[in-house]
Amino acid sequence: MQIIVIGCGKVGRKLVSQLTREDNNITVIDTNEDQVALVSDLYDVMGIVGNGTSFKVLSEADIEHADMLIAVTNSDEVNLLCCVIAKRTKCLTVARVRNPIYSRERDFFRRELGLSMIINPEFEAALEVARLFRYPFAIEVDRFAKGRADLLRFRVPGDSALAGRALKDLGHETQNVLICIAEHDGSVFIPDGNYVIEPGDVLSVIVDRDSSGQFFKRIGVRTNQIRNVLLIGGSRLSFYVAKILENSDIEVRIIERDLARCEELADQLEKADIVNGDGSNHEFLREERIEQFDAMLASMKMDEENIILSLYARDKIHYKVVTDVSHIEINGVIKNLNLDSIISPKSITAETIVQFVRATANGMGSNIETLYQLLDGEVEALEFAIQPNAPVVGIPLMDLKLKQNILIAGIVRRGKLIIPGGQDVIKPGDSVIVVTINTGYTDINDILA
Amino acid sequence: MKISIKKFEIGAGMNISMIRYILCWVVEIEGLFLLLPCMVAGIYGERVGTIYFFWAGLCIVIGYIGSRYKPDRTEIFTKEGLVTAALVWLIMSFLGAAPFTISGEIPSYLDALFEIVSGFTTTGASILNNVEGLTHASLFWRSFSHWLGGMGVLVFILMLLPVQNGSQMNLMRAESPGYNVSKFVPRVRGTARILYKIYLALSVAEFVVLLLGRMNWFHAICITFGTAGTGGFGVLNASCGSYTVFQQYAIAVFMILFGVNFSFYFLITAKKHRIAFRLDEVRVYLAIIVAAVVLIAVNTRSYFGGLEETFRSALFQVGSIITTTGFSTKDFDLWPSFSKSILVMLMCIGACAGSTGGGFKVSRVIILVRSTFRRLSTYINPKRVRRIKMDGETMPEEQVRGVEVFLVVYIMIFALSTLLVSIDGFGFETNFTAVAATLNNIGPGLQEVGPTANYALFGPFSKIILIFDMLAGRLEIFPVLILLYPPTWKKR
Repeated sequence: MQIIVIGCGKVGRKLVSQLTREDNNITVIDTNEDQVALVSDLYDVMGIVGNGTSFKVLSEADIEHADMLIAVTNSDEVNLLCCVIAKRTKCLTVARVRNPIYSRERDFFRRELGLSMIINPEFEAALEVARLFRYPFAIEVDRFAKGRADLLRFRVPGDSALAGRALKDLGHETQNVLICIAEHDGSVFIPDGNYVIEPGDVLSVIVDRDSSGQFFKRIGVRTNQIRNVLLIGGSRLSFYVAKILENSDIEVRIIERDLARCEELADQLEKADIVNGDGSNHEFLREERIEQFDAMLASMKMDEENIILSLYARDKIHYKVVTDVSHIEINGVIKNLNLDSIISPKSITAETIVQFVRATANGMGSNIETLYQLLDGEVEALEFAIQPNAPVVGIPLMDLKLKQNILIAGIVRRGKLIIPGGQDVIKPGDSVIVVTINTGYTDINDILA
Repeated sequence: MKISIKKFEIGAGMNISMIRYILCWVVEIEGLFLLLPCMVAGIYGERVGTIYFFWAGLCIVIGYIGSRYKPDRTEIFTKEGLVTAALVWLIMSFLGAAPFTISGEIPSYLDALFEIVSGFTTTGASILNNVEGLTHASLFWRSFSHWLGGMGVLVFILMLLPVQNGSQMNLMRAESPGYNVSKFVPRVRGTARILYKIYLALSVAEFVVLLLGRMNWFHAICITFGTAGTGGFGVLNASCGSYTVFQQYAIAVFMILFGVNFSFYFLITAKKHRIAFRLDEVRVYLAIIVAAVVLIAVNTRSYFGGLEETFRSALFQVGSIITTTGFSTKDFDLWPSFSKSILVMLMCIGACAGSTGGGFKVSRVIILVRSTFRRLSTYINPKRVRRIKMDGETMPEEQVRGVEVFLVVYIMIFALSTLLVSIDGFGFETNFTAVAATLNNIGPGLQEVGPTANYALFGPFSKIILIFDMLAGRLEIFPVLILLYPPTWKKR
């Protein structure tokens, strides 16, 4: 596809890095010359220095032949204006809009201004945080097959039924589940039958949405429901999380330093408790009885504050600590800190937009339905749509000659997840979930040796 | 034993396996192209074809094996891009020279190397006293090297290379001439394809025109290669002097067309005529040609029989020299010194950036002139802020500085080479123009290296210097210099 990306910030860069791999021709536009130079040096894209709201600049980027325009500058107004201008041509438009005032008018923008997608990073991230609060035992939840299958990442507790056992000896415990990825002592691999699970390992499993509860009960992971959460920092993310949780019976308390912001939040939220105080002050947190909370989200302005706070809270909070980290790049550094869950609105934005691009490309002949880069890009989980003429069709999986380090983790047929065994065959119309350590696949044929 | 360990350490900082991978691709592609002279030999029933055939086979096998193993890390950064470009051109030349020596047509390997480097770099300087003595296959291979070298081998390979990241741009930038190499379309691969499409279309057009002008097909194809790459190898000892009037006009016009920045043609095909005709570089380039043709025609009017012949000779020679092709119809060494001086100046200006021509490039001259005027204006009015513009857009100061540095390095290489070549004991005019003609990838100079003479008289040392100059000129100096710059090979 021909795609124009306006804004080369963190989100723009992340988008470009994903989209160039998938056979898209990308032109980036930014007013900052250095940012453009950086992106066009790293990736095979065309860079244009200029303001994306100018039609002259857009036509220089060949908007006439573009399939999609993605506006992710740091200004909502610029993003909207770019899209409105680009709408003069036939291309699809995606805008990042973060101000809650505009977000409420999503439908208006879509209907009246013809925008194809409006993405609010903090809102998307808040949905993810809420999901994590719902599955407190999981470190990460990725969804496949439009939400029918989940890839759950969790740490094996010491008293688990899995501990000390080899995969091939597991019987009814892993019914309807497939262990796809194991992390042990900092190394990542796709385990075979001889792999012995140890306490403290982090496993990723593919599981049917309905049977995940039973699975975790069988293997002895606590699946208690969360009753109350502490949101530290009155950021937009915290606001949206509180808003989403208003409809559940989870109690929410927000701690925010700035009194004016507290009042603003109190205006907008019905049920949440709002406390004016310094969330990075440990004395204050003790006074607020941090140890009585089941879950916490650290979402202050500085990444560093959030990370340190999460380390402090790690053994005081019962189930779940989520850390808001906006610098996508530092993920590699902090993954060794054993923080529970890390959430980054910027990466989520990029991922969501990439999903949308893929969905559009699907209509144009590409086969990737979903692609997740897991564990800092070391592992990829992909979902492919299977065409009738694909060479994998009709052959029992045990007879397929696959490349190394590839696992067919699931077959989704008519909306149901099948955990595949050696006898199963792939049929046309299925979608197949593949987990791999070799990255860069774009078609189901790529997995064959 | 000790040496091998050291070698390993040298390469540790660089993505050696990726460079190896690209080099293998180059070898394979060169092998495939070596099959073309085999076919020519087949047509003329020349036995030299078997040599080309075996040599081609060897290259294909080695290249094929090497290019099957794709490295895990495919990043090419600026440093690796420059080093790769330089190594690609060295390897191509070393391999491409071999058939000449094996067949015994150019007995000395150094001479053969000089000849093929001159071919790939589109210089057109020859060490052959009797061009007509070569077999058709070798003549073809010599001329074909112009065509391949004109647009660039790496650019060719970028169309095929299965790599997708920023690396490709670093390769393209290292090989393509100009102060600022930019893409036409988002993908490097797409840009390379467009470049080769324009190149092929123009070449075919010239070939057809020459055929219509009743030129023998073999001459037409070789002259087309020579013109398209702005190389200058002919197939006759008299270069283009014995061709008909129509053929000379055709060659002159096509030389000038190939010296135009290819983004001009891209803009035309993209139906952006308005922008295309406003390109500063193209306008100045055409203006220089008109001015030089008029001045030389007036200056040499007493040398020729009629007005037409005077104009034709001036047009042909100006077109040939400014585009750094180096064909000749007349021995301009006999012309008055004013005309010769104009030609030497044109040698140093060169063609447009982004064309197949060499030299200093018109755009750089424009930038330097504008930069000089800016300097002068600050003496009159010290607080004045002025930016240097190109095609109506402000140029980043970094690029202006880059051009200035390029000028300095260019002059230093020029001076040093002239000094080293003078060891052979020829006159200053010979040495100066020999370096000018090789560093700017033109071919003929003046006096001992004039259009009717050749480079055979130089000693081996001078030939090596001139080979270096040709490579430096084609790759715009820095890729070749970085090979010789010790920190490149440091571990970190």
